[in-house]
Amino acid sequence: MTTMGSQNSGVQQMPPRHRARKRRITGHGIAFTTFGTIWLIIAAYPLLYMLMTSFRTQNGYLTGKPWLPPANPTLSNYAQVLQSGFFHYFLNSAIVSVCSVVLIVLFALLLAYVIVRSQSRTVRTVFNVFLVGLALPIQAAIIPVYILINKLGLYDTLIGMILPMVAFGLPLSLLILVNFVRDIPNELYESMGLEGATDFQIVRYLVAPLSAPALVSVGIYEFIQSWNNFLFPLVLTQSRSVQVLPLAIVQFQGEHTIDVPVTMAVVLFSALPLILAYIFAGKYLRRGMLAGFGK
Amino acid sequence: MLGSRMNWQRWVMMLPAIIFFGAFALVPMLVAVYYSGLRWDGVSKATWVGLFNWTHAFASGQAVHSLWLTVELMVLCWLLQNPLSLVLGVFMAGKQRHRTVYGVVYFIPLLFSAVAIGITWSYILDPEFGLIDSLLKAVGIGNGTENWLGNPHLAMFVVACIIAWQFIPFNSLLYQSGVRQIPASLYEAAMLDGAGPLQSFFHITLPQLKYTIITTTVLILTGTLTYFDLIYVVTNGGPGDATEVLAMHMYKEAFTNLNIGAGSVIAVILAAAGLLLSILILKFTGFNRMESQMEGS
Repeated sequence: MTTMGSQNSGVQQMPPRHRARKRRITGHGIAFTTFGTIWLIIAAYPLLYMLMTSFRTQNGYLTGKPWLPPANPTLSNYAQVLQSGFFHYFLNSAIVSVCSVVLIVLFALLLAYVIVRSQSRTVRTVFNVFLVGLALPIQAAIIPVYILINKLGLYDTLIGMILPMVAFGLPLSLLILVNFVRDIPNELYESMGLEGATDFQIVRYLVAPLSAPALVSVGIYEFIQSWNNFLFPLVLTQSRSVQVLPLAIVQFQGEHTIDVPVTMAVVLFSALPLILAYIFAGKYLRRGMLAGFGK
Repeated sequence: MLGSRMNWQRWVMMLPAIIFFGAFALVPMLVAVYYSGLRWDGVSKATWVGLFNWTHAFASGQAVHSLWLTVELMVLCWLLQNPLSLVLGVFMAGKQRHRTVYGVVYFIPLLFSAVAIGITWSYILDPEFGLIDSLLKAVGIGNGTENWLGNPHLAMFVVACIIAWQFIPFNSLLYQSGVRQIPASLYEAAMLDGAGPLQSFFHITLPQLKYTIITTTVLILTGTLTYFDLIYVVTNGGPGDATEVLAMHMYKEAFTNLNIGAGSVIAVILAAAGLLLSILILKFTGFNRMESQMEGS
C-alpha cells in the first residue's frame, strides 16, 4: 500500500492490514484491561464495604469478617439514622444547596451577559478580578468571613452559610457562562434589539434558554460543591437546628465512635441525592462535574 | 438599539455578583492581611502588634513545618494521581462496553463529601476491626495491627492515598476526553510507519495530551494546597503534627487557639501561594493557549 493512498486502494488492501492492527490493539488492550480491572476493585471494594457494613449488626461488626457480606443483615441502622434527626439535617442541606445554586447561576448569568455584550473598560476589569478570584482559596478568607458573619448577626444561621458559598461559587460559574454566552451569534442579539427588547428581556428570552445546557452543568457542579461543603458549616454554625449533613456526620461519628455500622448508614444517607441523581441522570452529573475543566 | 454601551440596566445586572463576591470573598482576603497584624481572640479588644505574628510564625518553625508538609502532600498527590489517571484515562477512552461500565463505577467516589470518604477510610484502616488489617492478617502478611493513620511516618502517605482514591477518577475523566480528541489518523500513520503500541503511546498519546497533563497538574496542585476536610476527619493534623498542613494549621490557630492574628498569617500565605502557583502556571505552560484550544474544540 502506498503511503496514504486513496480511500479505494485502502479498502482493497484492508484484510491483512486489519488483522495485524486488531492483534496489536488486543495485546495492547490486555495490559490496560488488567489495570482497569485492578482499579475497578480498588474503587468498588471500599464502597461495597460501606454498603455491607451499613447492614451489619453491632455484634456482627465486632465478631464477623469485615470483607464478607453480613451474616445477619439488618435495616435497623437506617432506622436509627432517621430517628437521630438526619431528615432535619437533610432538609438543611437541601435549603442551603438549592438557595446557593439558584443565586450563583442567576448572578453569574447576568454578569456574564454584560461582560460579553459590552466593551466598557470597567466591565473588563471586573471580569479580570473574578478571574484572579479563581486562584484564591476559601481557606484564605474564612477568618474574616467568620468575623463578618458574626457582626451581621448571621452566625449559626442557614443564610450565614449561603452568603459566602454564593460568593465563592461565582468565579468558576462566571467563567464557564461567559465562554458559553460568547458563542451566541451576534445576529440574534441584534434582531431582538431591533424589536426594542431591553437587556433584561434579552437575558430572559434569548440568553437563558440558549445557555440552558451550560446552566444545568454549572448548577449541578455548584450543587455538589455546596452539598459537600464542610468548612463553612464547621466555622459558621454550632447548633443542631442548623446543622447540614457533612457537619452532622462528623458530629455523629464523634458521638458514636464504636457504632460503626450506623455511621456507615449515615454516610450513605448523606450522599443519597447525589447517588440517586447519578443513577437516573449519570450523564448530566458527569458533565456537570467536569464543567469548566474539559469537555 | 442595544449596542456595546453600558446603560443602567446593565449596571444593575452586574451588581449582585459584584456585591456578593466583593463582600464575602475579595474584601475578606484583604482584611486577612490586616488581621495578621493583630493580637486578637476575635471577641475582646484587638491590639495592633505589627509584624509580630509573622516573625513569631517563622521563628517558632511551625509555619515553615506546615509549609513543608503542604509541599510534601502536593508532590505525593501529583505522583500518585497523575500517572495512574493518565493510564486509566487511556483505558476509559476505549469504546468497548465493559470500559464504559467500569467508568460508571470509577466515578462513584466523587459523589461523596471528603468527610464521608474520610470517615469510611478511617474505619477501613482501623487497626482493630479494619478491613485492611484483617485482610492482611487473613492472608498471613504482618500481625494485622498496623496503625496506618497513627504512625507519623505513614500518616501523610496514607492521607495522599485516600485523596488519590477519590480524585484519580476525576482526573482520568479529563484524560479520557483528551484521548478521544486525538485524531485517529495520527495512529494510522504511525502504524503504517511500523510503530508498535508502546511507541504510539510515547510518541503520539503523551505529546497530544500535553494540555490535559497541564490541566490536571494545575487542579491537583491548587486543590492540594488548601486541602482540609479529609485531614480534619482522619488525622486532625496528627499524629503529633505529622499531617498539620497549612490549612489545618490555620484552622487550629484561629478557631481552636483563638489566635486570629496567627491564623491570618497562614491565611495570607495560602492566598499568596495560590496566586503565585497560578501565575507560574500561566507563565511557564501557556495555560492561555490551552484554554483557547479547548474553546476551539
